[in-house]
Order: sequence, then C-alpha cells, then structure tokens
Amino acid sequence: MAESTNGEPRIGVYVCDCGTNIAGKVDVPAVVEFAGSLPHVAVAREYKYMCSDPGQEIIQKDIKEMGIDRVVVAACSPTMHEPTFRKAVQSAGLNQFLFQMANIREHDSWVTEDPVEATEKAKHIIDAAVHRVVFQEPLEAIEVPMNSDVLVVGGGIAGIEAALKMADAGHTVHLVERDPSIGGHMAQFDKTFPTLDCSACILTPKMSAVGKHPNIKLHTYSEVTEVDGYVGNFKVKVNKKARYVDIDKCTGCMLCTEQCVVAKVPNEFNESLDNRRAAYIPFPQAVPLRATIDPERCLQLTRGKCKQTCVEACGPGAIDFEQKDELVELEVGAIIITTGYQTFDNERIARYGYGQLPDVISSLEFERISNASGPTGGEIVCKNGEKPRSVAILHCVGSRDENYNEYCSRVCCMYSLKFSHLIKEHLPETEVYQCYIDMRCFGKGYEEFYKRLMNEGVVFIRGRAAEVTAASKRQAETEGKLLVTVEDTLLGVVRHLPVDMVILSSALQAQPDAKEVAQLFGFGCSSAGFYIERHPKLEPVSTVTDGIFIAGCCQGPKDIPDTVAQAGAAAAGALALVDNRTVKIEPTISYIDPEKCSGCHICVGLCPHNAIVYDAELDAAQVIEAACKGCGVCVSACGSNVPVQRGFTDEQIFAEIEGALA
Amino acid sequence: MSKPKFAMYWAAACGGCEIAVLQIKEKILEVAENFDIVFWPVATDFKYKDVEAMADGEILLTLFNGAVRNSENEYMAHLLRQKSQVLVAFGACAAQGGIPGLANVSTAAEIKELVYIDNPSVQNPDRVFPVERFEVPEGELDLPHLYDTVRALDQVEDVDYYIPGCPPEGPQIWAVLETIIGILKNGGDLPPKGTVLGAGTKTCCDECSRVKKEKKITGFKKPWEVPWDPETCLLEQGIICMGPVTRDGCGGRCTSVGMPCRGCYGPPPGVTDQGAKMLSTLASIIDAESPEKIAEIAATVPDPLGTFYRFGLAKSMLRRAKV
Amino acid sequence: MSAHEFEPRIVGFLCRWCSYNGADLAGTSRMKYPPNLIPIKTNCSGRVDPTHVMKAFAEGADGVLISGCHPGDCHYINGNWRTAGRYPMMKKLLEQLNIDPRRLRLEWVSAAEGDKWARVVTEFIEEVRELGPLGWKDQVADEYEQQEAVSA
Repeated sequence: MAESTNGEPRIGVYVCDCGTNIAGKVDVPAVVEFAGSLPHVAVAREYKYMCSDPGQEIIQKDIKEMGIDRVVVAACSPTMHEPTFRKAVQSAGLNQFLFQMANIREHDSWVTEDPVEATEKAKHIIDAAVHRVVFQEPLEAIEVPMNSDVLVVGGGIAGIEAALKMADAGHTVHLVERDPSIGGHMAQFDKTFPTLDCSACILTPKMSAVGKHPNIKLHTYSEVTEVDGYVGNFKVKVNKKARYVDIDKCTGCMLCTEQCVVAKVPNEFNESLDNRRAAYIPFPQAVPLRATIDPERCLQLTRGKCKQTCVEACGPGAIDFEQKDELVELEVGAIIITTGYQTFDNERIARYGYGQLPDVISSLEFERISNASGPTGGEIVCKNGEKPRSVAILHCVGSRDENYNEYCSRVCCMYSLKFSHLIKEHLPETEVYQCYIDMRCFGKGYEEFYKRLMNEGVVFIRGRAAEVTAASKRQAETEGKLLVTVEDTLLGVVRHLPVDMVILSSALQAQPDAKEVAQLFGFGCSSAGFYIERHPKLEPVSTVTDGIFIAGCCQGPKDIPDTVAQAGAAAAGALALVDNRTVKIEPTISYIDPEKCSGCHICVGLCPHNAIVYDAELDAAQVIEAACKGCGVCVSACGSNVPVQRGFTDEQIFAEIEGALA
Repeated sequence: MSKPKFAMYWAAACGGCEIAVLQIKEKILEVAENFDIVFWPVATDFKYKDVEAMADGEILLTLFNGAVRNSENEYMAHLLRQKSQVLVAFGACAAQGGIPGLANVSTAAEIKELVYIDNPSVQNPDRVFPVERFEVPEGELDLPHLYDTVRALDQVEDVDYYIPGCPPEGPQIWAVLETIIGILKNGGDLPPKGTVLGAGTKTCCDECSRVKKEKKITGFKKPWEVPWDPETCLLEQGIICMGPVTRDGCGGRCTSVGMPCRGCYGPPPGVTDQGAKMLSTLASIIDAESPEKIAEIAATVPDPLGTFYRFGLAKSMLRRAKV
Repeated sequence: MSAHEFEPRIVGFLCRWCSYNGADLAGTSRMKYPPNLIPIKTNCSGRVDPTHVMKAFAEGADGVLISGCHPGDCHYINGNWRTAGRYPMMKKLLEQLNIDPRRLRLEWVSAAEGDKWARVVTEFIEEVRELGPLGWKDQVADEYEQQEAVSA
C-alpha cells in the first residue's frame, strides 16, 4: 500500500460492541485482531459502548499517551455519532478530520443474517476506513457569519408555536403560510381531546399574538419557491400570491364579502358544507383579518367583467385587481418546517359510501358541524336537517390498512371518543356506536377519557366496519337509515347497525406536495410522505440538512400536545444555532490552485451553486468558499483534477477502494 | 576524454519519433558534437551484440521510443536500462503505450487471425502463420514472441524521464537535449526522476488559442460537421477534443487549425487514467433538460475507448480488455 | 450454499444525502441483504469519477454500484445529472473492454428507500454472482508472469 505523506501514521482502531447491536452478530474480538494486523495500526480495541464517556476516554487516552495520530471508530452510522467522536478526538488535541468512521451497524450487523459473513464484512469496512484515514489531512472548519433571522414554513399550531417562541427570544421570524390565514387544522376543530378545551379559545390568542408580534413578519397566501444557501445563510424566495386586496388598506370589515356577487364558492374552512363568496375572509378569527379575492372564482379576474360591487363597497379602496404575485427574498439562519397534514380521501374506500350517501361524513366535516361557529351553528344534524337518533363512528379509515396507509394515525381513536362525547352532550338520547380495531388511548388522560365515554353509554364494537349501505326501503323500521355492516369480533357475530349518520375517522396523511417540499429544502420523505428526522429518537426535529428543522404532523401523525412539544423543540434547536454569531460549516469543499488551472471553464458552468468563477487576471477558475457546498462535481469533471475536494481527495477515495477490496 | 554516449531505440512504434528527432534540424550536429552515438539502428550500424558488450551504465542517455509489445522489445528495454544511466521514454508509445496500446482490446491470437486470415486482401487457405522458430541450413531463425498485452516502457523497466507526444515536438526535443548538454558541460543537477520533460504542467487548453467559455453541449460533432469557426473552443462546438485531459507542451497545434486534440501528450499531472477522466469531463458538459436526456446524448458517443484511450489504454487503470 | 460458491466482491459508491441514509434506514429497519457490497461514501454521486470505477475493477471488484439521489432530489441540485451522463458512456466503454456492462449499475435510492436499497443490493449481488468472477487482479498477474517467462 501507498505511504502516507505525513510520515508513518499511528492509527488507533476502536470497535464498538454497541451492546449486542454489533457484538450480537459480529465477532468483535476477531475484528479487533484483524484491525490490529493492518498496516500503520498501532492499537485496536473493543469497548461495549464507544460513544459513552468512558469509551471516548479510551480514545483520548491513546491519543495522548500512545501518540495515536489517526482514529478509526467502527460503530454505528456517521450520521449518528460522527460529531460525537470528532469532538472527542479534537478535545484530545488531534484534528477532528484525522478521524474516520466505519459503519458496521446500519451497514453490517443490522442487515446481515449470517454472523460469519457479518464479521467478514466488518473487516472489509474497517480495512477501507484504515486505508482511507492514512491519507486524511487536518482540516479546519470554516466559520461563516450566522444570520439571526428564522423562517417558519406553515402557520398551523406547530408553526405558530415555533414562531412565537423564537420571536419572544428576540429573533426576527418570517412565518410563511400558503392559505390566506394562519391557524391550520386546529382552527377548524370544535373541542380538543381529552380535556375538551375549546379549540378556538386556546388557539385564537396565539394566532393574534403572531399577528401583533413585532418580531414576526407574517407572509400569508405565500409559498416558498426556492431555497439556496446553507446553515446560517439560507436564501429563500417566497412567492406572495396576489390576493387582489391591499393588505395595508383592508380593515377586515367584510363589506366586500357581503357585496360580492359570486356566492356559491364551496367554503374550504367548513369542509365545503356551506358556501362563501369569491371575496372572502376564511373565518372570523382569521389572522390577518384581511380579505382575499379568489382568483379562480372572481368574475372580474376570470372573465374580466363584473359590476365590481366589492370595489364600490370598500371604503379604504383596498381592492386592486391589478395586483401581481410578488417574489420576496428572505435571508435566514435557520428554517423550521411545519407544513402539517391532509386527511385521507374517504372516497377511495367506495364501500363506505362517502360521496354517495349524504350522511356518511368525514371527521373534519363533523368538527365543523359540531362547532358553534360552523355551518349548522353547532347543531348536530343530518343532511335533511333532522337530529340523528343513531350515529356510527368508523375507525381507521385509511389507517392501519395495507391498501391505503399501513400506519396508525394516532389521533383517530381519541377524536372519535371526543365526537361520541359531543354527540352525547348535544343529543343525550342518540345511540353512538364506535366500530374500532383497537382502542389506542396512550396519552396523558386518554385512557381515563375512554373509561368516561364507556360510562356515557357509547356502544363499542370491536371490528373494522365492512361496509355502509342505504337500508332497504321495504323494511319499515330501517327505512331511510344507513346500514353499517360490522363483525363484532368479541361476540363473533356480524351486525347490521341501522344509523342516521356515519362518521369516518379519516387517516392523517402527508401533504400532497410533501415530496416537492422536502426536495426544495433538501431532506427526505418516508414512503408515506412524512419528513424524515435526523434520528428517530435523539434528533426527532432535525433533518439531515443542518439548520433545517421539522415539527408537527409533517413529520408523522400526532396530536396537539406532541405537535406543540415538537414545535418548541424545533424552536430550541433553531435558537441554539441562531443565537451564535457564527456557524462552522464542513470544510469538505473544493479548492482550485490557480497555478495549475488551465482556464478551460468546464467547472465554471457545472457548479450547481455558482460557487466557481473565472478569474481573468489569474486565468484560472476560483472557488467561492462560502458558496461551495462540497458536492465535488468540479473535481470529477475537471480534466486535470485541479480542483481538490478536501476530505474527499482522489487519493483518499482510491485508498478506500483498495482497502474495501484488500 | 571520450564524449558521453547516446543511444536511441525504436520498439513498437511507427517510426515517427525517429523522424521527429530530425525536427531539431541542424541541431542534430550539436548532438553529434556533444555525444558519441553508440546505438541508433535507424541511423547507425550498430548491433545488439555491441550493446550487450558494453559495461553497465556505459551509455549516458538512451531515448527509447515505442511500446513493448513483443519479447524483443522487452529484451531491449531490459538491456538498455542496464547499459544506460538515463533512460527516457520518448514519445507517446513509450510513455503511454500509444497507438499500439489500442491492440490491448484484442489478444495476440485475435490479431494474428485478423492479419493472416480475415484480412480481405489475404488469401491463406492453409492457415499459414509466422512461426517463432524456423530451421534453415544456416541455423535457427527466430521471430520475437508477440505478447497479448502492449505495455508502456515503465511497465517493463524503470524509467528516468518521459518526453511525451506523438511525436514529441522538435523544439521540445531540442530543449531537453540542450538542457542535458548544458548540464554535461557546466554541471548542475538533472531534474528529479520521473519528471515529464519537454512538456508543460497544465493542459492543452492552456496553450490553445481558442476562446474558452462555459461548456454546454447538446450532441457530438465531427470537425467537418460544424461551420468553420477559428475562435470558439472546439468542445463548445460539440467536437470531442481531448484538450482538457491532455498535458500541454505541443503549443496547441491541432486545435489552432480546427482539429481536436487527440491526447498524444498524455494526461496532465494528477490524472491517472486519461480515458476515464475524459469520459468524466465530456459527460459532465452535456446539457439537456433532464438527466434522462443527458444519458441519451451520452450514449451516442461513437467509440469511447478509441477516442478517450487513443494513446493511453496501456497505462490506464485496466490496461487492456478482459481476456 | 456450498463453501466454494463464488462470492462477488462489490464496491458501492453512495451519496451522503440520499443513498447513504437510505442504506442506514435499511439498517435501522433491520432489513436483511447479502454482505458482498462494501459502501464508500461521497458527498454526491456527481463526485464519483469514472476513474474510481476503473480503480475498483482494477483492484478486483466484480461489480460496482453507484447510488445517488433521485433526479430532482439531489442535495446539490443537479450533481447527479453528471452521474446520469457518465453512466451510459461507462457502460459502453466497459463493453468495449469486454467487461459485461451489467457489472456496473447506477441506482437512485432516496433516504426513505431502505427497502429499495436492500432490494437493489440483493439483486445486484445475485446478478454479479451469475456473471461470475471478473478476476482482474488474477488476469494481470498471469499476464506479467507469462510475458516475463517469455522474455527470460
């Protein structure tokens, strides 16, 4: 093998048992023995948990006492503990980039069936790392200024909570919301389980605090279109959609709404149970309380012809049909994504009759019906206006079902119980049936709430409903009713429940554009479309992109307390960054020696981040350090290998290949 | 005091290198004045046995041109190494394997089959092939054994310096000889072993007179398929030009007259595999609206091996085709 | 499985943002796949130089996998477009070198596709197993031995 450029290296190899996670599969002593036999390896050791303090101390002691000048830790994924070990190495006086991680857990012990094979693979992985580390060079993290502003994307309860926390800490927060008002799904709810707090009563004050906060810049009816830059220095473009109302002049008086001649626009806020106008304010507590003109329904905007009664009605003259979308450029140091969820499209399960049978309704529709500010003024009524004498609530619609979503949506059992309670409260004589698979009441006070509902006379039937049909007209006692067919698995009988109303407890799903959003911000989605956190346990609100955090249902279905807790955690994560004046970024970026460059311009046109410029005076391409993100495309594209990507040099990669195949 | 001794040898090569030496014109007299030419089969009548009879290191400077593709080439490489203080791989074939290196896509047997049987102008119904040993009344005649794999000189023997080019440019040859003569006369140190002499340390683009801009190509063109344009970089016009992966030193002669660089000066410093590098570079500058479209265009490059490895196959990572 | 069955040696180049994390996800999900592939991490698949691929074959790899983000998902916007362009050229080149181009494979595996990673690796290993050993190092060693024998 090739010799190091820095004299004879002394490598320490530290193999982690990770309890039984590695040692249960890999013969760690054999691997340690093998590692010890590799060239330049001065010491190889095994320890139960390398990442623990005593584990790190072993490495630090060897660095200080044995003169170990290069370290390989064979343990978990570098995504997990590379920062831990780099810190440990650095604090022992060794440059942190003279460290290499060999991933023998995620890439070996956890995925390999046979222990002998897993042991052999671990040896190869370590061999590659040992070969590589010989050629690693000390690097210094690059320190760049930290922008102290923050961006929050999504104005539901998670975004509101995160924005308020950071604004209270003194940071300028840009809150971008796609809809005309913040509030999200929580604004639609009537009560919240299990405490039965009025949703509006607890949310509205927070919404208005956002609206009034001097540090929060609210961008509603806006979407992020471009994200560039890196931690500490993100450049974000936001498209402020034209709302055809001058938000500074509008007073929210709603006179335009009253005068608008287009009256039959389905009201999204009320789940299309009633209509709104083309000029509208989504709901009375909207923040900002400003009108929006629906460009798809407004006659003036669609046909160019309208009496423009709204313009006449508007005292301040806020309506402006000439308004155009506006591109706003923001610079922020950290980003929190709280883009929420959508509910399952119930029509996909045709046998439940949603969309066909009028009184089969979705959970959000019931939220609106039971809400005092909803389309029925809080009266729980069927489509014919009559009070239902019996209601069935079908659980797991689109959840826990391999045909739709494998996962449990976590909140349906609880909101179904809440619905039962609300029905019983409004209509004590009404029968309520819950058709469930399992009752999942895992939160604080949840099981107690379930018990309480059992005492309120709700009928619990253990079984997933098979179908909902209209009852036959020939049987007088069930005429006009819906028949829910369900197998009561506890009794072992199939039941046909005649009811007046069926509520489908619809699953929570990722937003339809979750994938595009994840791509925009540079992290991944699970196959279900939920954003992937950096670590499921220890970094649940971080993403693989430094400086970008996630919170709430965009990360996975969860209830309000968990969402708020995550929002707080994300805010704390962002604050821990933006409270610093500078941020250290990975120095694994490219460098071009002007003496070697021939000025052919190939790399200049290829850099995805425009970080390479041609310097006419030097007749050479040059890398703008702060803009380079370290993809290495210039290195592989340059015909003469002049750009060098620090930490990923050809020499290092070649050595790694040699080691992997040794 | 006798003059230092000079040798030049022609292994597997076209002979262009021999003629290239004459590109130094009247300076050849200076060579003759400063050196005692002891072995140069093309120019002087010395035999192998004369070289064999020399003491080790007796020759000061040997310019070895041509690749090693048979047992005779290899024997001479070893012999001249033993007898020379300074062994120079002269020209693309000795330095990189050169054009003969392209034979590494075949085996010796396949080549013989093509030459003696499948060649359209050959009638050989009895499948007569040259034999390596043949008895005649005067004794045994032998032909060298043809190897499957053509090698550059340094894959066979220790090489002190390289003078690249197909062939090396006259002024570059003279510059090297002049330097060596100067050191002989006035003393001084020879360059470090392994140095590439008579060439630069950047790429052909550095010497090329054309204007370079960002490159985004949408298809590959032949030089005659584009309108005459003496200004624009050939790659930018879609012509596959090896300039970016080729060491400078030629003065950009080909590109200045509209012919793309073919890579004869070998890879620039820092590049180990000229062909793979060219593939990487060329594929990187394809521009289309989608990666699928880029892949489609990339797939139309007519002959990646013959184009990217015209001179460098023998010295590439894989050296030859799989047998 | 017989003890003498050919076990392919495979090098995988994984981009740090998608495929490496996808492989990690296969691990955290405890998916099982054969052990023949040794992963090498680069920041972007666009960093993978065809020279690295050649190096891997020259060092004895029987197969080489390059795995990056799906087009459009690249952490570096379009770094993987470069990979997409190099791949068909490399295939063609390998074919000219009488190396079955199936020994080189390009896959897009996202951070969410642990299952795809496990499947791709399993399939690729099986494919290379069927192609048999490439044995570059042996070929080179044999050749030198033969030529030196003749020359001596």
